Amino acid sequence: MKITRRTALQGTAGALALGLGGFNFDFTRAAAQAPAVKRGGNLNFAISAEAPHYDPHASDTYATLHFAAPFYSTLLRFNLSKFPALEGDLAQSWTVAPDLMSYTFKLHPNVKFADGSTLTSADVKATYDRLGNPPQGVVSTRKATFADIGSIETPDPLTVVFKMKAVNAAMLEHFASPWNVIYTAKDLAENPALPRTKINGTGPFVFVEHVKGSHVAGKKNDNYFKKGFPYLDGFKGIFTLQAAAMLNAVQGGQVLGEFRGVSPAERDRLVQTMGDKIRIEESSWTLNLLVCFNVDKKPFDDVRVRKALLMAIDRWGGSQGLAKISTLRSVGGVVRPGSPYATPEAELVKLPGFSKDIKKSREEARKLLKEAGQENLSFVLWNRNLAMPYTPAGIFLVDQWRQIGVTVEHKQSDTGPYLATMNAGNHDVAIDFSNLFMDDTSLGLAKYLSVTRSPENRSRSKDEALDKLYDDHMRERDPEKRKAIIRTFEKRLFEQAYQQPLLWWHRIVPTHKTLMGWKMSPSHNLGQQLEDVWINA
Amino acid sequence: MTFVSPSLPAAKPRQPNVYVDFCRQQPLGAVSFVIIVLMMFAGIFSPLVAPYDPLEIDFASLLAAPSADHWCGTDAYGRDICSRLIYGSRTALVIGFTSSFVGSTLGAILGIASAYFGGRIDDWIQRFVDILLAFPLIVLALVVVAAFRKFTVGGVDVNLIVAIAIPILPRVARVVRSAALSVRVMPYVDAARAVGYSHTRIIFRHMAPNVVAPYLIMLTAFIAQAILAEASLSFLGLGVTEPTAAWGLMLSGNAADFYRQAPWMILFPGIAISLAVFAFNLFGDSLRDFLDPRFKV
Repeated sequence: MKITRRTALQGTAGALALGLGGFNFDFTRAAAQAPAVKRGGNLNFAISAEAPHYDPHASDTYATLHFAAPFYSTLLRFNLSKFPALEGDLAQSWTVAPDLMSYTFKLHPNVKFADGSTLTSADVKATYDRLGNPPQGVVSTRKATFADIGSIETPDPLTVVFKMKAVNAAMLEHFASPWNVIYTAKDLAENPALPRTKINGTGPFVFVEHVKGSHVAGKKNDNYFKKGFPYLDGFKGIFTLQAAAMLNAVQGGQVLGEFRGVSPAERDRLVQTMGDKIRIEESSWTLNLLVCFNVDKKPFDDVRVRKALLMAIDRWGGSQGLAKISTLRSVGGVVRPGSPYATPEAELVKLPGFSKDIKKSREEARKLLKEAGQENLSFVLWNRNLAMPYTPAGIFLVDQWRQIGVTVEHKQSDTGPYLATMNAGNHDVAIDFSNLFMDDTSLGLAKYLSVTRSPENRSRSKDEALDKLYDDHMRERDPEKRKAIIRTFEKRLFEQAYQQPLLWWHRIVPTHKTLMGWKMSPSHNLGQQLEDVWINA
Repeated sequence: MTFVSPSLPAAKPRQPNVYVDFCRQQPLGAVSFVIIVLMMFAGIFSPLVAPYDPLEIDFASLLAAPSADHWCGTDAYGRDICSRLIYGSRTALVIGFTSSFVGSTLGAILGIASAYFGGRIDDWIQRFVDILLAFPLIVLALVVVAAFRKFTVGGVDVNLIVAIAIPILPRVARVVRSAALSVRVMPYVDAARAVGYSHTRIIFRHMAPNVVAPYLIMLTAFIAQAILAEASLSFLGLGVTEPTAAWGLMLSGNAADFYRQAPWMILFPGIAISLAVFAFNLFGDSLRDFLDPRFKV
């Protein structure tokens, strides 16, 4: 697909309209440089973590998505040239009822799964049934975002109708979620947990192999329903768990890119050593790290302890230093800073954990710990073994808590055990993450709902007041009133201190200039199907 | 006429002083001993000796060059490198000494038992030792540390100690066995056996004290290896974790990103590791030369 100046300007305008100030992908430059597409070749790219399993429905780590996205399709998807505009993926066309109470999708005909079976509306229904009401033993991480779907009808094999119980203004965006990949009804009927271990999708590539600790490989899907795609013959996602190994691989040309993001220092190193052979794209990021307390464990069942620990963190000072050495950058609440519903700084500083008077805040934190009888508090901080930015965040937090007399043991683990420990509730305090693919709060706030509604709430809190505020904000159509509800939600969340964003990320993606067609966005979850990526060798 | 021969004052017999003799005979060993003592002093009294808390982040002093405030400069978090080196000696010594002690002691027991029992038991033990010896120390340590989950007691990583101790064990066992073989045929061991002492008593009361010299030499030499292994494992991300002050760890992480800009980030930890390994190796060699009568000829 060619990017014209017109679409480029539209895309830029769209991005600016949504407050994506930091998203500085240069569409005009891309248009000016666009040479004729070359087909063939194999793309090697780096993935800095290994997928804990193959099921995107049950995952919120990019490690799963960068691994699995090329093998799957979704109903809709985000058009990254006009982000956040949507386009059809499996859906050839769609209509939305004026009252937003039903969504009708017409599917592309003759779409084949990798096992040769033909996609029908029954597969879409089975997939969304699994997402909304996961059977015993199956996890649907973003289950809460499907709560408004009342029923799914399949009047014919190529038509799916979603009937809503209640209006959800962002439902169409949820249908474009990169996590909601379509599985076969047959596989799910046979074993609802099968997608954790087996890949069978309709995507541009067909699964070839997963060599643990090494790579995932895919080859071109000759039956792909979009004629002429993909351009590549195949790809290999190479697991480079050590940042130094990833940088060396990029530098040496063994991989043509790392699509998640690198730190400013890593960027500088690549630019210094590779000169004009490397392309660097930067953007703000719909992703933050969270300080997450396990409220089922003592003494973190005491709000005073949780609040004290949050109040000891100097986010404003930390953001300036950490931005120089890591991908952490902006101070923000539950909504991405700079986006339409974000809390302005003047209001943010009034919330616990965001004060600019850190001395006073820490004094208060000490008092709270004393009141709670926890002056000599010590605990384990559970963290992911990913250098960027988890390690800097861990080092920073240990120092911040040291300053109010708290002793912290910092434990880091690979992605699989890290997530398993938190999901099982075996952590005291963890550095969790909120990995979003859009700014809409129906997605972003879902993480903080009661654990019974939201499996990705790793603080395990249950708070009916927050649940109600979330539901109210979903129904509210007036933007100002909606904003007010979000503010109340945020205030309640931070007062209860179950979990709180530490800092929001800044995305820096290095790719070789020979890599073409890949598009930058504020989310590393998007654009990983790789169908329109090609190599200008 | 009588001649009185002038009486010379009687020469006072010199009291043997093992420390003075060691310093005279092994001057380099003495120097290395001083380095080790300084390291131990720094490790034990880190909170008194270190100018800053090793965990203290100071974003205003990121990558500061060595100065009067920060003798060895600061790292990417503005942490004082000198303080982290001082605290790092604690990590190096605790892990280095403990793993060397555990590995050498178990190895010595295995070696003596192997020599004492002989026959099939000796064969089995030696084949087991052969298998372990087939792996280089760092490779075996890597396998052990990667295979088992991290387990800490009082902030000390037990898994790491075990990982380093296991490769030391067969090396000590082989050396001690050869020393114990010559002790086994001594008449006092036969006598102990004849009066019906238990195997345990013979091994620990009569044989072990006679292989102490090679044991001590191996123990000292392997502290250096263990420190190096700890630094290597931490460098590879399998040892101690941030923000613990550890020399190997100081060479990894964002030291790789900033070493061009701030070479002191890798220079001083590198010197500390080299100096410690050099001191323990040299001390071990000197101890061997000093204790082994064959080297005095």
